[in-house]
Amino acid sequence: MVDKITRRGFVKAGISASAGLIGTSAVAQGDPKITKVQKWAQELGEGLDTRPYGLPSPHETGVQRRRVPWLTADAYSSINFTPIHDLEGIITPNGVCFERHHAGVPDFDPADHRLMINGLVDQPLVLTMADILRFPRENRVHFLECAANSGMEWRGPQMDGAQFTHGMIHNVMYTGVPLRLILQEAGIKTAGKWVLAEGADASGLSRSIPMEKALDDCLVAFKMNGEALRPENGYPLRLVVPGWEGITWIKWLRRLEIGDQPWHQREETSKYTDLLADGSARRFSWVMDAKSVITSPSPQMPITHGAGQTVISGLAWSGHGTIPRVDVSLDGGVNWYPARMSGPSLNKSLHRFYFDFVWDGKPLLLQSRAHDSTGYVQPTKDVLRQHRGESSTYHNNGIQTWAINEQGEAQNVEVS
Amino acid sequence: MLKFLNSLIAAVLLATPLAAGTLGLGRPALPDEIAAWNIDVRPDGAGLPEGAGSVLAGEGVFTEKCAACHGDFGEGVGRWPILVGGEDTLADERPTKTIGSYWPYLSTVWDYVYRTMPYGDARSLTVDEVYQVTAYILYLNDLVEDDFTLTKANFTSAVLPNQAGFKRDDRPQTEYPDFRKPACMANCKPNVEITGRGTAKGAEMGQ
Ligand code: HEC
Repeated sequence: MVDKITRRGFVKAGISASAGLIGTSAVAQGDPKITKVQKWAQELGEGLDTRPYGLPSPHETGVQRRRVPWLTADAYSSINFTPIHDLEGIITPNGVCFERHHAGVPDFDPADHRLMINGLVDQPLVLTMADILRFPRENRVHFLECAANSGMEWRGPQMDGAQFTHGMIHNVMYTGVPLRLILQEAGIKTAGKWVLAEGADASGLSRSIPMEKALDDCLVAFKMNGEALRPENGYPLRLVVPGWEGITWIKWLRRLEIGDQPWHQREETSKYTDLLADGSARRFSWVMDAKSVITSPSPQMPITHGAGQTVISGLAWSGHGTIPRVDVSLDGGVNWYPARMSGPSLNKSLHRFYFDFVWDGKPLLLQSRAHDSTGYVQPTKDVLRQHRGESSTYHNNGIQTWAINEQGEAQNVEVS
Repeated sequence: MLKFLNSLIAAVLLATPLAAGTLGLGRPALPDEIAAWNIDVRPDGAGLPEGAGSVLAGEGVFTEKCAACHGDFGEGVGRWPILVGGEDTLADERPTKTIGSYWPYLSTVWDYVYRTMPYGDARSLTVDEVYQVTAYILYLNDLVEDDFTLTKANFTSAVLPNQAGFKRDDRPQTEYPDFRKPACMANCKPNVEITGRGTAKGAEMGQ
């Protein structure tokens, strides 16, 4: 069992399994890690300033974004996945926030960056980064989920790992200027009903955002988790569109145009529209509905300690508000138990839930079901398919099932 | 006291919705700066520059600058996107979504090609070249004859077949009433069977 996991690359799981054994079963001889003086208790460790910008322990190198090469033609218009199975709490560390680019990651000096506001405004403006930093700013934590997260699962279970089924998501604290203040600085004409947000990269990615949302809770952000945006997440400036599909959060934001109609850009027509069973398609399906997933145990995070006290850990979120409640099922949805919510419950942010139980070592069918603050209950995948068919690619927020076998290994399955 | 007054004034100004320039930040954008960046095109033709392009000229540009990835006839090479075909497949089990079968507006083709194609050499096409390849893509999709010339003037008369195929997000009407119901907690179904298993292993997916 431990061998098999190690072969699959989960060295860490193997280590914690043996540590667990020493910790829980009676031992004849004292643990040498305790009875012998260890090197680290004797010698000086590394001096400070060895790493002016710190990195995780070398024992954590397995915690990485991963890509699925066969999903896209190349690595420049492509996507990778946040290792959500390895993470805890609600904040995603900047270095493992998933990336989705349409023309690679542009590299530019913030001194060269400009933000233009044009169209139906009283005074078209150009702002530099120095100007942006003089606007009143706000701090807010929001999840960003790609509309295609879980998109490979529409026709049945496919990707064997929470990272790959649900990892097109991250949750960070943004520091930014309310979009409202920037638009108001140019003066919105009364005919202005839509905002086109456009990126500075070679894809010139652009989306139409209705004025109501633009004036409500959008931010033009320059920091994530306290430090500058990472290049792959839009450095030096990105749009934050809380609760809405990630494609609207334009990175490397260079222009905001005000208009009286939407533009119907490629990423809101050819892509990011939801094809239904009858051949018609939904457009402007912006909001990410309530969703949850058990991050551990999951295929990349098997139970390695055998029967006994066990932690189920998971994430839940909703683009409509907060998550007051998550239910967990151990039997594929026959019976449900309320999970324990832990950590801050913030609007349009990831929420962490736990379910602590004593595992009897028998197979489990683990599911989680999010309830959001509007009373929306996360549907099953079958119910979603009844509404939409199997071709809509985007917005799959159906309930995920992990089958756990007697060895504690988990597999992505669907149940009746 | 003065400071307090100032912040009061600032608060009042912030609360005034449509007044321009309340913070005095930034500088006016110049007309040639706006012209350089304001390249978006809308379905009603707003934003289209003067220009024209024939199917015939488009064939040359497409063969030279697009076909390596999209194929001579827009059929797509390898994993690169296809640009033609798929008519009447949208309700099929495996629909093919292309400009001809799925896209609602021709303006999106013009806008997208001008801003980002050819892939890896964005903004290298002239305005007329974009009219030309757009005309050629229409031709490849059997939507115009080979003697067609696309111009700013006739642009909006070229209607794509699936224009009426889109509707505004109707989840609030069709789904939310169903999903905002109390959830079952016990004995919710008589039995449970595994109906499918995911097989794409993390280890096979690479980095
Ligand atoms: C080096 C390969 C390559 C070349 C050359 C190329 N393209 Fe593309 N094209 C792509 C890729 C990759 C995408 C998808 C990019 C994405 O989704 O971010 C794309 C997307 C498109 C699309 C949108 C397809 C859809 O269904 O959404 C159109 C239209 C298009 N290209 C037209 C052109 C034209 C016209 C040219 C020549 C002027 C061209 N391309 C040259 C690779 C290429």
